[in-house]
Amino acid sequence: MTGHAPRPGAAPVSRMITAQAALETRMLLRNGEQLLLTAVIPTLLLVLFSAVDLVDLPDDGGADRVDFLAPGILALAVLSTAFTSQAIATGYERRYGVLKRLAASPLPRWGLMCGKTCAVLVTLLLQTALLCAVAFALGWSPRGNALAVAALMVLGAAACSGLGLLMAGTLRAEATLAAANLVFVLLVFFGGVIIPLDDFPDGVRVVLELLPVGALADGLRDVLRDGAGMPWGDAGVLAVWAVLAPAAAARFFRWE
Amino acid sequence: MQSTGAAAPAVVVSGLVKRYGATTAVDGLDLTVGAGTVTAVLGPNGAGKTTTVECCEGYLTPDAGRVRVLGLDPVKDARHLRPRVGVMLQAGGVYPGVRAGEILRHMAGLHAHPLDTAELTERLGLGPAARTPYRRLSGGQKQRLALALAVVGRPELVFLDEPTAGLDPQARHATWDLVRALRSDGVTTVLTTHLMDEAEELADDVAIIDGGRVVAQGTPDELGRGGAADVLRFAGRPGLDLVSLRAALPAGSEVTEPSPGSYRVTGDVGPRMLATVTAWCAQHGVMPDRITTRRHTLEDVFLELTGKELRP
Repeated sequence: MTGHAPRPGAAPVSRMITAQAALETRMLLRNGEQLLLTAVIPTLLLVLFSAVDLVDLPDDGGADRVDFLAPGILALAVLSTAFTSQAIATGYERRYGVLKRLAASPLPRWGLMCGKTCAVLVTLLLQTALLCAVAFALGWSPRGNALAVAALMVLGAAACSGLGLLMAGTLRAEATLAAANLVFVLLVFFGGVIIPLDDFPDGVRVVLELLPVGALADGLRDVLRDGAGMPWGDAGVLAVWAVLAPAAAARFFRWE
Repeated sequence: MQSTGAAAPAVVVSGLVKRYGATTAVDGLDLTVGAGTVTAVLGPNGAGKTTTVECCEGYLTPDAGRVRVLGLDPVKDARHLRPRVGVMLQAGGVYPGVRAGEILRHMAGLHAHPLDTAELTERLGLGPAARTPYRRLSGGQKQRLALALAVVGRPELVFLDEPTAGLDPQARHATWDLVRALRSDGVTTVLTTHLMDEAEELADDVAIIDGGRVVAQGTPDELGRGGAADVLRFAGRPGLDLVSLRAALPAGSEVTEPSPGSYRVTGDVGPRMLATVTAWCAQHGVMPDRITTRRHTLEDVFLELTGKELRP
């Protein structure tokens, strides 16, 4: 007897999902390039555009530049983690057979998805804490209801995750890498993050406001800068994306 | 879980067909794997080994035929089979940034009664690599880690797809030792390989597959006895009297001169035949040159059955 006698069995599902969530979170946080995307770039944009008059920001009634920027940067944080980071990581996991190998483990597929969702939420929480601390240091004075902010960000994260997984599950890993980064860069400028969507011609603005990042930045700004209650219009846009995108991902995702 | 004749087979594949577009990768394959045995699926590249194994693992749905693993359908009953079956893929399957020890502990944590990961790490010589990220492991370390991941959950049945490809001799022997230990503990192992010595060394049962079918199955000894004949070759002056030589040899022997001055004797190649041939040569004033005898190996059977031309 050398101690390998068969004794098969799956761990309890709750233990599997906790373990998977912890592993996925470590993988996301350990990746240097992803950290650049999720922490360094949003922080730099926040500091840079608060300090330097590079874009013409609206100055309604003495509102500070940071009061305009912080909600947009929080929307960008959601985009970077739930969409870009997740798409790239998952795309390469698919390419390297990680998803295939896990499919043969006792962890069910929905358990893997729970793990990934937890990883995104934990990372987002850390990002939000970091970016809020930086914004406060820059003199940010947020208003509004924290619950409305949380609801908007969760809806935005669900929408972005769905789109990220849709991309990761259908394109080649290299294509996902390129496209996810491109989308990130474009939306920094065209997602209402650092440039007000009002600066764009009406036809373009309407389209940009219907994108998840545009709606999220706009909604967060309504609450955090203008002290509005729940911005139902933006929340509605986000909710539609939050249903359609994950559904499309579930429908079209190829595991190999 | 010891191997007994009465135990139900661990794997039964009958009439399996799997196509990729116009290519038929597996073409009516039958295979039975006895519980508690080590079965080697041996074949050249492109023979359909991986496709067959992936049908058993539930990754692929057969186009025709039937696959039963531990009595269950690997696709429909995947949820019940997954904890009971260990899988080692041919390449990859691990997060690039995860440390070797970390992923092994993680996989252990997905099972109810896993093996001791420290001991398994030690046994496969992965101790020094335990804190190394997967992407920086050597090819051999990646292979051994994949093997560890396949067995850590204490499965009843493991599928190893080319487990020693690219390993150095030490790592190969460590892998073989682990497979033998699994066998003695009653774990059923199905391994694919194109290495004859691996099949001869490890397997209770060998299935040689080619062109998507099993072309021979049996113990390494059984396969070695049938098929290709043993052969004795020697060189001498051209045009020896073959009729006379054949008459001197035991019944059932055959002698030919495939090219002038080169002779080939088949039959029961042993000391007696060698003595007969040299005695006959002495009588006829022939100096037999470059005498070689080759008792054929699994490799000869394999090459005879699957041909010698290179595969794409």
